[in-house]
Amino acid sequence: MIRYFLIYFLLAMAINAPCSVVADSAEVELPSGFEDNKRCFQCHGQKFYSFENENSGRTERKAMNPNFVYNSQDFYKGVHRNFACTDCHSPDYTTFPHPSELRLEAMYTCLDCHGGDPTYAKFRFEVLDEEFHKSVHSTRHSEDFNCWMCHDPHSYKRMTSGEFKISEIVSYHNATCMECHANSYNFQRISDDIKPELKEIHDFLPNFELHFSAVRCIECHTSKLDTMWVNHNILPKEQAVRNCVECHSTNTILMASLYKYQNLEARKERGFLNSVILNEAYVIGANRNEYLNIISFIIFGLTFVGILVHIILRLMK
Amino acid sequence: MAERLYLYPIWLRIWHGINGILIVILIITGLSLQYSSNEYIRIRFDLAVSLHNISGILLSFNYVFFVIGNFVTGNIRFYILEWKGLADRIFKQSLYYISGMFKGESTPFPVNKDRKFNPLQKVSYIISMYVFVPLVIISGLALLFPEFIIHRVLGFSGIQLTALLHSATGFLISVFLIIHIYICTTGKPVSKNFKSMWTGWHE
Repeated sequence: MIRYFLIYFLLAMAINAPCSVVADSAEVELPSGFEDNKRCFQCHGQKFYSFENENSGRTERKAMNPNFVYNSQDFYKGVHRNFACTDCHSPDYTTFPHPSELRLEAMYTCLDCHGGDPTYAKFRFEVLDEEFHKSVHSTRHSEDFNCWMCHDPHSYKRMTSGEFKISEIVSYHNATCMECHANSYNFQRISDDIKPELKEIHDFLPNFELHFSAVRCIECHTSKLDTMWVNHNILPKEQAVRNCVECHSTNTILMASLYKYQNLEARKERGFLNSVILNEAYVIGANRNEYLNIISFIIFGLTFVGILVHIILRLMK
Repeated sequence: MAERLYLYPIWLRIWHGINGILIVILIITGLSLQYSSNEYIRIRFDLAVSLHNISGILLSFNYVFFVIGNFVTGNIRFYILEWKGLADRIFKQSLYYISGMFKGESTPFPVNKDRKFNPLQKVSYIISMYVFVPLVIISGLALLFPEFIIHRVLGFSGIQLTALLHSATGFLISVFLIIHIYICTTGKPVSKNFKSMWTGWHE
């Protein structure tokens, strides 16, 4: 987090301060593509951009296509922060106006870079790709539905690294789903159907808002694959979890998904959930404090023994 | 023959009956939720949630009825503690329950029109009805509307702490209920106190 803060600080300085100040204070290592990307973000980092029109000789101000606006701060927080824009996009983009044929530029997929690379073996991109191709996102949509539909490479953060709180993970991952499932415009990019209201189709959930803020959509909507950090096989809605005790029990499925990130060690050592979710969330039926359980059994036991002794003494009278 | 007293007016008996039924439902569904499992058959989770929520709301209204009824009818006087000598009176009553009643001694604080409860009953009823029940209602309502719960309290989840308070208080109420029912069997005959709560007459 400190590193991100320093990057924010430097970016803020870069935007607001004279260049000499930036140079003086730039002791912290900047993302390697930072300088190269400055020029791109000058236009693509904001809603409006200005340029010199050589034909008219005037400086013109235009609205940027919102699909091509990227937040530079989000980019430098993301996993691809060290990239230069032209590492993935054509170097021809450095000319302006951009050549029109670049609109048809082929995009890389995750596997183009991450597939077969031992550096990324632990993320199991190949399995992830297989799982994705089993999912309804793949089987019910054309090949246009690719990784980037959900994971914007310009801002993607790896939330399962263990440095984020569960609430942050839930919020970030659910925002990914909501991008289309709570937004009619985005939903209709790939579907002619009317987007169903999330609250209506989840009306069986008591306290809809609490569920949506405490657990991720994928806990119920993906197949369980304990070897993966995030399951990508989004199931047909008929196969989604609807049985409450799947989560609301001591062997909650959340142990194999949401709580896995912070829980692997504690799970081995303690075997119960308190150590992990005490500070993060409360799931009825899942959070059982062993000590309180023992105390309550003792109190109940003493009550019954006391009554039993009293009954015997009454009968003996 | 002992004096016949009309101690339990109809409004109180109706409240008591509804309260008893709701408390039992709440304890059973609460335990089912707390110990929910895929391996053992308990009340279906969503059904238990609905039953628990509905019973909790009804209990809350019933409690308001009880409090208002107490003030309007003057029944509240039976819940007013006289602090002076309280410890001695509680000790005396406890001694009766653990020893005196087995020796055939008569109760040290017999029921009369001004004393419906013995000191031990009075203290336990005050604690359960004016401490535990309000606590369980407030924490239950908070869990029903968790958006009003403070998100973090001293580094802990506010919902977690509220749920802990709710289940712990519910547990204490269930202990009270067990003892309450048992003590009611100490009448002579065993059914005497239950009959009183049915007819309203203490005999």
